[in-house]
Amino acid sequence: MTVAQGDVFLAGVGGQGTLLASEVLCDAFLLSGYDVKKSEIHGMAQRGGSVTTHLRFGPKVFSPLIEPGRADLLVAFEKVEALRFAHYLRPGGCMVVNAQEISPPAVATGQERYPADVPERLAAVTDRLYLVDALAAALSLREVRAVNMVMIGAASRFLPLPEEAYEKALKGSLPERIVAVNVDAFRAGRSLLSPANLRTDPHTVRGGDR
Amino acid sequence: MSIPAPKESIRLLSGNEAIARGAFEAGVRVASAYPGTPSTEILENFARYDGVYAEWAPNEKVAVEVAIGASMAGVRAMAAMKHVGVNVAADPIFTVSYTGVRGGLVIVTADDPELHSSQNEQDNRHYAVAAKIPMLEPSDSSEAKEFTRLAFELSEKFDTPVFLRTTTRISHAKGTVRLEEPVAPAFLPGFIPDAAKWVMLPVNGKRRHAVVEERMNALREFAETFYENRTEWGDRSLGIVTSGVSYQYVKEAFPDASVLKIGLAYPLPERLFREFAAGVSRLVVVEELDPHLETHVKSLGIRAQGKERIPIVGELDPRIVRQAITGEAIPVRAPEPVPSRPPNLCPGCPHRGLFFALKKLKVTVTGDIGCYTLAALPPLGAMDTCICMGASIGNAHGMEKALGQDGAGKVVAVIGDSTFLHSGVTGLMNVVYNRGTSTTILLDNDITAMTGAQQNPATGKTLQGEPTRRTDLPALCRALGVEHVYTVDPHDMEQTEKVLRREVARPEPSVIITKAPCALLPDHRRKKRPVYEVIADLCTGCKACSRLGCPAIEWVPFTPEEAVAAGKKATQKGMARISPLLCDGCNQCPPLCKFRAILEKKP
Repeated sequence: MTVAQGDVFLAGVGGQGTLLASEVLCDAFLLSGYDVKKSEIHGMAQRGGSVTTHLRFGPKVFSPLIEPGRADLLVAFEKVEALRFAHYLRPGGCMVVNAQEISPPAVATGQERYPADVPERLAAVTDRLYLVDALAAALSLREVRAVNMVMIGAASRFLPLPEEAYEKALKGSLPERIVAVNVDAFRAGRSLLSPANLRTDPHTVRGGDR
Repeated sequence: MSIPAPKESIRLLSGNEAIARGAFEAGVRVASAYPGTPSTEILENFARYDGVYAEWAPNEKVAVEVAIGASMAGVRAMAAMKHVGVNVAADPIFTVSYTGVRGGLVIVTADDPELHSSQNEQDNRHYAVAAKIPMLEPSDSSEAKEFTRLAFELSEKFDTPVFLRTTTRISHAKGTVRLEEPVAPAFLPGFIPDAAKWVMLPVNGKRRHAVVEERMNALREFAETFYENRTEWGDRSLGIVTSGVSYQYVKEAFPDASVLKIGLAYPLPERLFREFAAGVSRLVVVEELDPHLETHVKSLGIRAQGKERIPIVGELDPRIVRQAITGEAIPVRAPEPVPSRPPNLCPGCPHRGLFFALKKLKVTVTGDIGCYTLAALPPLGAMDTCICMGASIGNAHGMEKALGQDGAGKVVAVIGDSTFLHSGVTGLMNVVYNRGTSTTILLDNDITAMTGAQQNPATGKTLQGEPTRRTDLPALCRALGVEHVYTVDPHDMEQTEKVLRREVARPEPSVIITKAPCALLPDHRRKKRPVYEVIADLCTGCKACSRLGCPAIEWVPFTPEEAVAAGKKATQKGMARISPLLCDGCNQCPPLCKFRAILEKKP
């Protein structure tokens, strides 16, 4: 039997819940019997800074870091962050990007402009680009902090796990009082990308032998 | 919250969580640390186990001294710190190498190649050599737990403290770990007087040095057959010597090569290296930062490649290793040019108000280690130096003495509450004693914020959640001899600036304590506060508010047509907007707007 393997790169802005989202994703793989490694950077007040997680799964994982040009899936919680790390994606890789804009400091102070052509530049990187409005989905659940789980829900369309694995992971890693809204957010995200509107094979990860 | 009784099971743990688990399984009873990235979570996790004592010490030197005391009393003990913390703790470390231990003693050094969150990139394997202390180096979470247990065994077997070295990609990477039952303690607690071992008078120290050298010989012999110095034979045309996380990069880049993986980073084996070198046709040493293994290999007269190919600066990854060894450049897409997104002080951060006021004063600001170090970045740009924990006060004093009358009233030091207690107290003592006139600004946000909200002696709570006596910071400053100690609310920028101007001009030492809680503290976040908004009709686009650098204040650019359509002059380039999602209601920005365009948002 071959076990799928894959590299998932998550990028966001400090405060968006990138780390918690990657934690849940990681647990979902672990609960499904994969070897998993995950590497992230935190420490110095990363709030407002660029935050990334490297998540790797497979039958046996060595390096905790994804190499540039090798990620199968890039999940970006903010548009410019997708572009910042687009070079991590492998040729033919898939990108799930939150359409939300958060101004970097130079933009917020008026020295630079928020790039207007992000979707076009992302589309030039891959034809498997999925822009989703995770903020709107979270706001419709009246929980702005659930943007991260909406994104995981959308990204789950490209990963080889059943929906139950994520929900089990959510239950295992969140305080009880916020499990329900996060499960809802996950489902909302998953329904943003229904199999009908996916242009390509939903499972983006590789088979056993690379 | 306490972690449930151990069961044999596989968990996904970070290296730090795994070290905490390993210490628990090894029967550690006492652990002390000062928080520092990437080491912080070791103690945070260890503290949750039942039946253990864990504390935050004011600094790493104290943490090691506490652990030594516990070891002397016969229990297993641990001190954890980041790489630069070992610099602070070096004094007791070099001598406990001489005394040896009773209960196993492990000192964790979490190094930070690539300096993700540090002021330098030092390679602490040098400390093992300099202090003559064996050092274990795990290569993932699973080994982090195993090696922690092993470190305590080695410590007691060889009567020595043991270093456990991790790097950021071990500390903060998660991997699978098999949990096991804790072991029973090796000793009954109790101090057994033995002056020749514990009292390092010169006469005893001299004898102990000889003991240390004998122990190093025994450890060198041990290193030859230690099962974690492991040869993995494969294709013999390429042999790679490696350790730590570099091992993972090597396995990924060259799955078929022969590998000598070093688990004991000091002392190093000799015969093992010679055997391995003889078995391969090309030998390369792959390690991050300094040529520690490489120097040893080459000192044996073995031909090997190393730092002439492998970068000496920053982290490695499989691609860097592959390129360095094959010599072939691997083409990858270039990163897209995008606006940079450096970390920033949070919305509602009390430090922002202070630094805004300091910038207006045009003084030289000697800085320190904490969130407030970010005030060195634009648009605040209000910090001029940053050396290490506790350095700001000494730096300001030195500048003042160097500049004489020319420097009077032009230099101030800033330091956080936790940092002040870590190693700023002695600097302030020195200012008073040596007739300095410095103004020290003590930024008291009631927590050690940068590393993720740890308690410290001035917060009233211990690591394990017990209420405790607080260090009274104003009284402490007065006790050191500072007569002028004033406390201000940094959100009140007018008052803060007034006190700053007065104290900077004063030809005597003074301390201004800016006291307001960190915006991320749960109590603060639960409080209802107003949200501010920019009244579009009143905003002239002068940008006075955006100079505050608050993430909640955004600039909305206009084209001339858009400006006219918005009822503005065609020359207005844009206007400010406050994000209701981000605004923390700190009230720093409204007074900055002379057009009174920033108002409390009506519900």
